[in-house]
Amino acid sequence: MPETLALSWRQYRLERRMFWRNPSAAFFNFVLPLLFLAAGGAILSGSQRDLNKLVPAIAGMSVMSTTFTALAYNIVFLRERGVLKRIRGTPLPTISYFGGVAANAVTNTALQIVIVVAAGRLIFGIGWPPHVATLIVFVLVGVVCFAALGVAFAHAIPNFESTAAYVNAVFLPVVFVSFYVFDSSSAPGFVRTIADALPLTPLIEGLSSAMVAGAHTPSHLDALAVIGLWGVFGLYFAVRGFSWEQSRT
Amino acid sequence: MSETPAAIEVSALCKRYGDYEAVRGIDITVQRGEVFGLLGPNGAGKTTTVEILEGYRARTSGEVSVLGQDPANRSIELRRRIGIVLQSGGIYSHITPREALRHWASFYPHPRDVEEVLDLAGLREKADVRSRRLSGGQLRRLDFALALVGDPELIFLDEPTTGFDPEARRAAWETVRSLRELGKTILLTTHYLEEAQALADRVAIVKDGRILAIGPPRELGVGAAHYRVVYRGRDGELVELQTDDPTRLLHELAGEALERGESLQELSVARPTLEDVYLELTADA
Repeated sequence: MPETLALSWRQYRLERRMFWRNPSAAFFNFVLPLLFLAAGGAILSGSQRDLNKLVPAIAGMSVMSTTFTALAYNIVFLRERGVLKRIRGTPLPTISYFGGVAANAVTNTALQIVIVVAAGRLIFGIGWPPHVATLIVFVLVGVVCFAALGVAFAHAIPNFESTAAYVNAVFLPVVFVSFYVFDSSSAPGFVRTIADALPLTPLIEGLSSAMVAGAHTPSHLDALAVIGLWGVFGLYFAVRGFSWEQSRT
Repeated sequence: MSETPAAIEVSALCKRYGDYEAVRGIDITVQRGEVFGLLGPNGAGKTTTVEILEGYRARTSGEVSVLGQDPANRSIELRRRIGIVLQSGGIYSHITPREALRHWASFYPHPRDVEEVLDLAGLREKADVRSRRLSGGQLRRLDFALALVGDPELIFLDEPTTGFDPEARRAAWETVRSLRELGKTILLTTHYLEEAQALADRVAIVKDGRILAIGPPRELGVGAAHYRVVYRGRDGELVELQTDDPTRLLHELAGEALERGESLQELSVARPTLEDVYLELTADA
């Protein structure tokens, strides 16, 4: 067991090193959400109410992009390039490999949340998060859920060239519908029903209650239950459907 | 010979993909310290066989033992004792050969010295270059290095020199020979006749998922296949000659032609092909 952990740690360090050496990964993880934040902030700068909505929404999107998007890209790339197959032929325990990969995603998410929270405090005047423990719980549950969904989704992507299309076909609609419902109390009923059943809306609502003093707080348990169910669904297919090599057809 | 069990024992191995039978009853035994070659054209079932032995694929039927274990169990203990060079395996783009070797070495209980492996694989000068900047040949050497860094007893080489230029191929052959001298057992697949002849103690010729012949390369009729030299003679007829020594034959032919002040029209030299060997094998049968 200590050896498994030590190998996880080594894999984690390798993942970190590779992350910082890959400018496009760093861009997608850090710069893109900040650009959204800046653009949204410029448009909504007149209204503190809107800014209070914007910052947690971007935080939720960041959780999804640093886990779901990043992992789906990464897994498909490594699978199609034959890196996963090579790793599979070594004595590196599967759990150590995924431990390192998951820890890498958690680190990226944590860094991203820190950046968004700091930007919220320093630029958009929404104060430090009043409920740090709630923030940590939602970020962690969100990471597990979206990381599992990202790994599971990688299985549906047939080749690296189509990864962007597949990932965006899920990422963009989920982000739009969740932002819309989170922001607008006049969203049509069926849209709200769909959004509430997806994991991003409850995540954003949970983050909002943790990050913004006096934010309307829906039931945390309901929110965590929805995210958790998606997480279980994702984990099941991540493990069951995982493929270590390019399909032979 | 002591009673140590064989490194690899395969009997009546079959693998079916849907309706397609990739492997149709293969029996081989590879002794410890032996270099064993699976020789055959693309699609013969070589890679499928090797990937079953490596633990990547489940067999449909038959018995398989690798270093005394069933590779289908995918035990970590077994994977610590084998090294795999895949036909095409990728590596992380953003790390260097030295970093990759250090990382890989950490998977094994008694790894070889990373610097020594860099030298053995001929990667000393590229040790700190990110792998995305390495050439195809350099990446192949990294494949070798990563398979060797755990100091395995048994090494699988799946078409180790496909796509190499002749010089790189010679260098790879030297590496294989040095591994043999270290007492490693090697199972290699190839569709190059000379490669099997140059490296393997014994060869199994595989076609359509079956073994056509098995034995030391010289005894298989592999050595009986000749180079073919073809040119258009003075009378306009194509002349075809067979030889084991194309250098000498060409020297003689060219010398004679030059003395006459002529050239050898449409001259070509063809290496013996696997097809020639198959033809001979089936002709003998």
